[in-house]
Amino acid sequence: MLKLDDICLTFHPGTVNEKQALKNLSLHLNAGDFVTILGSNGAGKSTLFNTIAGTFLPDSGTITLDGRDITKLPDYRRSKQIGRLFQDPLKGTAPHMTIEENLALAYLRATPTKSPFSMVSKHDQEEFREKLAMLNLGLEDRMNQPVGLLSGGQRQALTLLMATLVTPKLLLLDEHTAALDPATAELVLELTKKIVAENRITCMMITHNLASALALGNRTIMMADGRIVLDLNAAQRKGLTVDDLLRMFRSQGLDNDRILLSAE
Amino acid sequence: MISMAVITSALELGLIYALVALALYLSFRVLNIADMTTDGSFTLGCAVSAVLAVAGHPYLALPAAMAAGACAGIITALLQTRCGVPSILAGIITNTGLYTVNLAVMGFSSNINMMKKATIFSLFPGSKLVLVLIISAVMAVALVLFLSTRLGLSIRATGDNPDMVRASSINTGFTITVGLAVANSFTALSGAVLAQYQKTADINLGTGMVIIGLASLIIGETIFRKGKLWFKVLGAVAGCVIYRFIIAIALRLDLPSECLKLVSAVIVAVAIALPAIRAKKGGKSKC
Repeated sequence: MLKLDDICLTFHPGTVNEKQALKNLSLHLNAGDFVTILGSNGAGKSTLFNTIAGTFLPDSGTITLDGRDITKLPDYRRSKQIGRLFQDPLKGTAPHMTIEENLALAYLRATPTKSPFSMVSKHDQEEFREKLAMLNLGLEDRMNQPVGLLSGGQRQALTLLMATLVTPKLLLLDEHTAALDPATAELVLELTKKIVAENRITCMMITHNLASALALGNRTIMMADGRIVLDLNAAQRKGLTVDDLLRMFRSQGLDNDRILLSAE
Repeated sequence: MISMAVITSALELGLIYALVALALYLSFRVLNIADMTTDGSFTLGCAVSAVLAVAGHPYLALPAAMAAGACAGIITALLQTRCGVPSILAGIITNTGLYTVNLAVMGFSSNINMMKKATIFSLFPGSKLVLVLIISAVMAVALVLFLSTRLGLSIRATGDNPDMVRASSINTGFTITVGLAVANSFTALSGAVLAQYQKTADINLGTGMVIIGLASLIIGETIFRKGKLWFKVLGAVAGCVIYRFIIAIALRLDLPSECLKLVSAVIVAVAIALPAIRAKKGGKSKC
């Protein structure tokens, strides 16, 4: 499904600030894979996502999505197939537009067959209402309210719905529950699991929570210094505890306060 | 004190200038871009309209003026999206260049007279007021419909949350270009109608138009505070009419017409400054 081959990316080359963010990184994902990604700050996790999504173009290497070479494709053309959620719940929705308008935007942009002048039909509205009802947040009765009135958790849930309204080939989740309170984070995580499973979406999730990294998905990779240093498949992960994972982290010299705190 | 004729002319002018307010609603409010092309594209609309009306094509003058305005908007948009020119500066650059272009369109004369020529107003069977009402209403409805389309929603999102737009499949360069093209075509149409309305075009007609338009827009917003899209668009039109009435009253009170620009500037400065000053007094930060 997704193939990254020998990706290299250097920031500020030739200056004192030169930083090799990704070093000959290769990664192959099968359709339906749900990969959790661990790594300390600066390991290159978000840079990896930015490279897959097209925010940064790699210096060398190729990216293939579903058999198509997307290495040079600009980010806005990739995002028809790649859904993305950020840590900041404010980043994924337009605050002064209504819930319905936000959903319409997500829906219309992901259906390239429609003309640029197409509008939301009554039928589409019914579909939005049904999908919103699935979130169990009561948003289906607030479709004409601006998104800016929603809480962070509600906005993140809406963003998740928007990213998957038209099933993407790949879903990138960059610590999308880290800024939410524990109960809301749990809720959004449950929704994520449900939506990803129902639509069989290939998904990558960055997290600092070791327990959820092991509990979610079918594969866990660990990054350090622009490389993948550990790659555990479902069988290898089985029976692994948070303590085991922490030990692996330490053996790589990767433990930091944030990882240690989240392990407790 | 205020005769029927004064009221009618204030209504007519308000509805003509309402097109500028609609344009600024699109650029300033929806796209969040201070579009300084406005003055130049207004005069461009006047010039194109006058030249074509003199040549005997008063109706063709309107779409032609809109197309010319759209081109001006596209140049400003390309300067900022492709050439890295800051958005305000991009508008000022286009505006400066347009002065020469406008003169050229008018055959290097600073004004054009249409006194004995046919205009849309002389050809229209009804009154002037009805005609400007139709034009403004059609354009306002067109704007609301346009902003509800897929393209329109993308333009609104571009101004509302750039972070979101970068992560979704919207090419911001494209949406900004379309937005500014549409906005400036509205501005040029306003100039085109005005030129035929007063049967004369002048190279300085557009000077200060951006401030007058903003003043009207802000007046409209204070009255129509919140609500749906069509409500806000209606507010922009109403603001223009109210602005014209304020001007008409000021002129009746023997305020010299040279002072009008200063009055407009003060209205805009106060209206924009008020929310910030209020927030500071209330001890709240702007975030």
